[in-house]
Amino acid sequence: MKFVDEFRAPELIAKAGEEIRKLADPNRHYRIMEVCGGHTHAIYRFGLKDLLPANVELIHGPGCPVCVLPMGRIDDGLSLAAQPDFVFSAFGDMMRVPGTHGSPLEYKARGMDVRIVYSPADALKLARNNPEKHVMFFAIGFETTAPSTALTLMRAKAEALNNFSVFCNHVTIIPAIRAILDSPDMRLDGFVGPGHVSTVIGCRPYNWIAKDEGKPVVVSGFEPLDILQSVVMLLRQLREGEAKVENQYKRVVPWEGNRAALRAMAEVFELRPYFEWRGLGFISQSALKIRTSYATWDSEQRFTVPGVRVTDPKAAQCGEVLKGVLKPAQCKLFGRECTPEQPVGALMVSSEGSCAAYYNYEHRKPVTIANAAAG
Amino acid sequence: MCLAIPGKIIELDAQNSHLAVVEVVGVRRRVDLGLLQDAPPVPGDWVLIHVGFAMSKISEADAADQMQTLTLLGETEAAMQEVRGYGLENDGQDSSTQRWKQ
Repeated sequence: MKFVDEFRAPELIAKAGEEIRKLADPNRHYRIMEVCGGHTHAIYRFGLKDLLPANVELIHGPGCPVCVLPMGRIDDGLSLAAQPDFVFSAFGDMMRVPGTHGSPLEYKARGMDVRIVYSPADALKLARNNPEKHVMFFAIGFETTAPSTALTLMRAKAEALNNFSVFCNHVTIIPAIRAILDSPDMRLDGFVGPGHVSTVIGCRPYNWIAKDEGKPVVVSGFEPLDILQSVVMLLRQLREGEAKVENQYKRVVPWEGNRAALRAMAEVFELRPYFEWRGLGFISQSALKIRTSYATWDSEQRFTVPGVRVTDPKAAQCGEVLKGVLKPAQCKLFGRECTPEQPVGALMVSSEGSCAAYYNYEHRKPVTIANAAAG
Repeated sequence: MCLAIPGKIIELDAQNSHLAVVEVVGVRRRVDLGLLQDAPPVPGDWVLIHVGFAMSKISEADAADQMQTLTLLGETEAAMQEVRGYGLENDGQDSSTQRWKQ
């Protein structure tokens, strides 16, 4: 029972579970997508699935930045970094993601100057401290991390730190949701909206999902109670035949988002006409590129990028898993050729990837709210 | 990378107006306040930090809840490693006062 007691308000968690059972129509099967990889991780880690009735299914969405990055972009970044006196820097999550000829970590073992950074500011510092080298920051992430990259580029420009550049792979969440809704093999009833992305963009950008697509959206926090309450709010709307955007995570997410962060993004980035997503293919206006006013600090404008396109290993079904069409364990490689130790696809690398989460938590079956309460 | 880490603003940086020292479970590091410039936090405020940048102001109670969530997610070590590595210190400076004990 220890684990249960550690949660905030365990009695409320039990109540939310009951409420979900009451609200769910037994004659109906609900498919609810949690967009954010952080939610996917929490759902597996806390075993929240076990608290839901069988007809309330959580589908894992595309909100894991390393998972949606196509392999060609990793190859492109690594090929730039093969130049002399070049430093490849990226967040730790990127380091084990396989490119065609190995992950950044494997390139490091072969002699490339590869550094893990914890902030784009950390990469900027590397450039400041190594004026004889060019430091490239391989930027990934949704709107949660894009403003930090934007501010870092503004600081680099202000300092005229010309031995620094960003290889920009920032993507935006709304077009990905649109692509999923447009996918013919997908039927969804509603969305648990991303928490931290919404801190930046606010709740308004989801309005079309409710208005035009008739699907409810509830922006959610990351605690077990937050996620369960969000499911309650979604089921309530579905029972009433409503579709609106609600904010369960009001304590952190302002309805209007973070205007200063949006301004920084607008100053530095513009939308790419299109960008390739792993599993989802090319999606128009779904990613950010660096404006020409920051060309000096844009790896793509400054250097010649090969523009590699690589198809994923045929047997790996990352795309289907990313879209929520297949469960991780339904992929032919899952747990055999593809494991967290030897990942074939990116979904097995990041803790936010649904395959890694499923592998780590479903296989080991840790003590969770549901089975601790039962035992 | 997508961790949101709660920290308390200890002091604003006298030299760099966009920087502040925050404390995260006993570890003190500089973070960038540029994304909160519309309503800048003051010492004593709590903020959620993403990759070295304070992204939102939160209450002290919510900060405690967020730390608890990170603990339950098994991500405190990763969070503390991240905080130590933000790279906003002056060179050679390490202002951590104590190590995080699990």
